Amino acid sequence: MTDPVWPMLLGRFTWDSLPFVRAWHNPTTNELIAAAAGGIVVVSGIAVLVLITVLRRWRWLWTEWLTSLDHKKIGILYIVIALVMLARALVEANLMRLQQAVAVGNPGFVAPEHFAELFSTHGSIMIFFMAMPFLTGLINYLVPLQIGARDVAFPVLNAISLWLTAAGAALMMASLVIGRFSTGGWSGYPPFTEIGFNPGVGPDYWIWAVTLGSLASTMTGINIAVTIYKMRCPGMKLMRMPLFTWTSLCTAILMIFAMPPLTVATALLALDRYLGFHFFTNALGGNMMHYANLFWMFGHPEVYIVILPAFGIYSEVVSTFSSKELYGYKSLVIATMAIAVLSFTVWLHHFFTMGQSASINAAFGIATMAIGVPTGVKIYNWIWTMFRGEVRFTTPMIYALAFMMTFVLGGLTGIILAFPPLDYIVHNTLFLVAHFHNMLIPGTLYGLLAAYTFWFPKVFGYRLDERWGRISCLCWIVGFYLAFMPLYVLGASGMARRTQAVMETAYRPWLYMAEAGALILLCAFAALIVQLWVSIRRRGANDVFVGDPWDGRALEWSVSAPPPEFNFARLPHVDQAHWFYDAKRKYAPYAPPIAYHDIWMLRNSAVAPVIGIASGAATFGLVWHMWWLAIFGLIVIFAAVVARSFVRDTHRVIPASEVARIDESWREATARAQPVPREIETSPANQGLALVRS
Amino acid sequence: MSASETKHAGLNLGGTDAKTHAEAEHAIFGFWIFLMSDAVIFALLFATYGVMLPATAGGPTPTSVFKIGPTFAETLLLLTSSLTYGMASVAMKHGSPLGGIHRWLAVTLLLGLIFLAFEWHDFSDMFAQGAYPTRSGFLSAFFGLVPLHGLHVIAGIVWILVMMVQLRVFGLDARVKINLLRLGLFWHFLDIVWIAIFSTVYLPGLLP
Amino acid sequence: MNGNDERRAEVRSYLVGYAGAIVMTGVAFAIVQWPIASPKLTFAAVLTLAFTQIVLQFRCFLHISLRRSARDDLQLILFSTLVVALMVGGTLVILLNLRERMM
Ligand code: HEM
Ligand SMILES: [Cu+2]
Repeated sequence: MTDPVWPMLLGRFTWDSLPFVRAWHNPTTNELIAAAAGGIVVVSGIAVLVLITVLRRWRWLWTEWLTSLDHKKIGILYIVIALVMLARALVEANLMRLQQAVAVGNPGFVAPEHFAELFSTHGSIMIFFMAMPFLTGLINYLVPLQIGARDVAFPVLNAISLWLTAAGAALMMASLVIGRFSTGGWSGYPPFTEIGFNPGVGPDYWIWAVTLGSLASTMTGINIAVTIYKMRCPGMKLMRMPLFTWTSLCTAILMIFAMPPLTVATALLALDRYLGFHFFTNALGGNMMHYANLFWMFGHPEVYIVILPAFGIYSEVVSTFSSKELYGYKSLVIATMAIAVLSFTVWLHHFFTMGQSASINAAFGIATMAIGVPTGVKIYNWIWTMFRGEVRFTTPMIYALAFMMTFVLGGLTGIILAFPPLDYIVHNTLFLVAHFHNMLIPGTLYGLLAAYTFWFPKVFGYRLDERWGRISCLCWIVGFYLAFMPLYVLGASGMARRTQAVMETAYRPWLYMAEAGALILLCAFAALIVQLWVSIRRRGANDVFVGDPWDGRALEWSVSAPPPEFNFARLPHVDQAHWFYDAKRKYAPYAPPIAYHDIWMLRNSAVAPVIGIASGAATFGLVWHMWWLAIFGLIVIFAAVVARSFVRDTHRVIPASEVARIDESWREATARAQPVPREIETSPANQGLALVRS
Repeated sequence: MSASETKHAGLNLGGTDAKTHAEAEHAIFGFWIFLMSDAVIFALLFATYGVMLPATAGGPTPTSVFKIGPTFAETLLLLTSSLTYGMASVAMKHGSPLGGIHRWLAVTLLLGLIFLAFEWHDFSDMFAQGAYPTRSGFLSAFFGLVPLHGLHVIAGIVWILVMMVQLRVFGLDARVKINLLRLGLFWHFLDIVWIAIFSTVYLPGLLP
Repeated sequence: MNGNDERRAEVRSYLVGYAGAIVMTGVAFAIVQWPIASPKLTFAAVLTLAFTQIVLQFRCFLHISLRRSARDDLQLILFSTLVVALMVGGTLVILLNLRERMM
């Protein structure tokens, strides 16, 4: 069972690599869980394939989605990936919580190695395959609409980024079915992840999944930055851009400069593992501290990569649902830029305990505290925006309020951690785990969910069910407090993070409480699914084709929902910030354009799916030492890139008559629609046309 | 805004082809950002090299394996190829007959190949002296950095070949022009990285 | 400026860049091959020459000029330089300090 099967072809695959075989031979709860997880992946994978075949949807899937270069479809696909991965990571989080709650004074039901896999996949997925794809999807969808463009600057590159991310996510999934994942945590510190301690496939899965994600994000960053710098519609000066676009720009810049350290870290680790280099080994002059240094040069900016877009989302949500202009737009922009720059100056706070001199620690501690200042500025901005506004407590707004209160708490514990002597005490305990979840859940997850609720009507043309939205929101809030506040207590009393079994019985009540919270969080996700289901069923009643259900401010609300493929029948000309909001009050924004013109759009292209599948295959080959597969994959990637550079027939035209037909049918709908006042905007009376009192 | 204004890094087409010039603005900006991102990768490898320099683990040291002669030759080759690529882009911009562009590209290609041959020879010399990457942290860092530049040169050479074919197939259409401009940035960038390599890796290593 | 003048100016720019690069490279190699100063000083001189040469190549080969280049390009270069300086400087300070304390 442990001998390689056809090593020429299958590399280091053994029958034992399959969790099903392991569970057959050794049916413990631990192995059965692993086999069940693998089984779920296989069965649901097959179910999806069968479903598409039975519904005869392959052609539709291929032409409408997989090969499409439309930034909107790419954005949606990103978010689909993110939601699937979120489900998995949440289940894993619950398993960990359950294990720790059960394993007080006994070994529990999850074996140590398996527990380590759980926190490694949970962390890696949440960061690289939940938060990143989710926000990339939102940015992709919204930024071109907000700046009045027809697409991003490099649509093909955009599709390639999507497919590389998908390949990384697929590797994460494959690790459930074939082999095991890394036990080295989401940060993959050597020397533990070096070949000497970890000769298996686990760290290799981690290395390649993360590297694919990292390359994809670098390319996304370039794409978004160029889009925002060079593709804005006439009159859209930088200081007129919506705040979400601003935070997207800063996130893009962070991606461009902060993903390379990660790429370098994983690439050097791969050199160590595959070719026997000595970058981070114990022997022959390796320096594992340098890995920590490289990883956190990425890792700290990364937390701002995932948080800044949420700041943008909250800015839009708070100002829309307060019917007020954002308070201190300029200071928000400056604060965002300040955070982006400062985030490159604090990485050492992740390894205060490494042994460098106290003065270096002090310098980085002070820099870390300084970064709290611009963040604080923002909180005040949002509060002042609500002040004397017409505040409505819709679901996105509740997320925003929960965020403000909870995030401030997390910020306070962050200041504690930024103080080196205190960090020495709580370093590597659950206090830290509580802190970063306290930042990431309100700071990222709530923001993403607020955005999901807020822009869903724009993307699909009907509103989400408000009641289930609130239930889900409430569960995310209550669940968070129950699941993570106890961890502060546990951490402060010395419980180490990544602990598989607990010896101290006094911890038990807190662990129970945390487990209850984790269950509520799982319910929150379930409520989200129910909400989606209910909303799809009732989509007729909640239709907002006209496209402006919330009396929105930025340009994305000025087109139909869903927007036409070319976004704007005529590219807008703006003469101020929130031009659309004012236009609704002063001019007639729904008046038809004087003339329609032909619009050139990109044809579909198979190059991105080919590259994505080939890179998935190549990295899978690298993980399993199936060298033929790795080489074959690389050749296909190369050939695809070269072949694409020879394609000249890249565009197709949408004739003016077609543009006119689409646009006029929408304008007729706007003329028919009943304007809705703000008080009943969450009722079926909302047809997507805002009642304006000027 | 006049057509001859500098819209992006590298040679600007300006008035010679106003339409492509306008298109080039965002296309080149994107590539320029990519190069900056790549520069961060190189910078980190330089920093890694600095950190690992003392980690010779009793094995070969910089002084014992670096040679000044071949390094100087490699430098001259790469510098000259930067000039010849510049000539190719001037020829492209001002609409010389395709033969001119081809010739300059071919010279650049040749210089790049000779550079690689020299580098290959250097590395095999080092291997013969027992200086291979698995020997020590210092050598790992060296072989993590310098061959990465070499790989970039290989990529550049393949790219030149592809562009020579495209010139044959499409002539000087907008996409060929833009890609030649991008390739120019790439090639000059490699030259600049090499300056950093000989100035922070080879020459200091040869100092007593 | 007509096409021919422009062409001549561009060729000149490449040639000037090339000549300058050759000279600075030559000097850098020469002072290492035939030392005239202490190693520290020589190293400093090599780095200065490299920096000057890089600036020259930016000017002559990449056609970046403070006066004429687009603001976006200059901002990008500035920011990249800042990030590289922070990362390289920070790495060297932190890890060399660590090494010292472990020796
Ligand atoms: C929403 C419910 C969530 C629950 C119940 C949860 C639970 C957990 C648990 C139990 C751990 C292991 C703690 C330990 O080391 O003992 C953990 C680690 C971690 N979580 Fe979460 N988490 C949640 C959401 C998130 C989100 C939204 C993110 C990021 C966006 C995230 C990122 C991480 C990371 C990076 C780790 C560290 C993994 C490691 O130790 O390498 N989690 N989480
Ligand atoms: Cu940090």
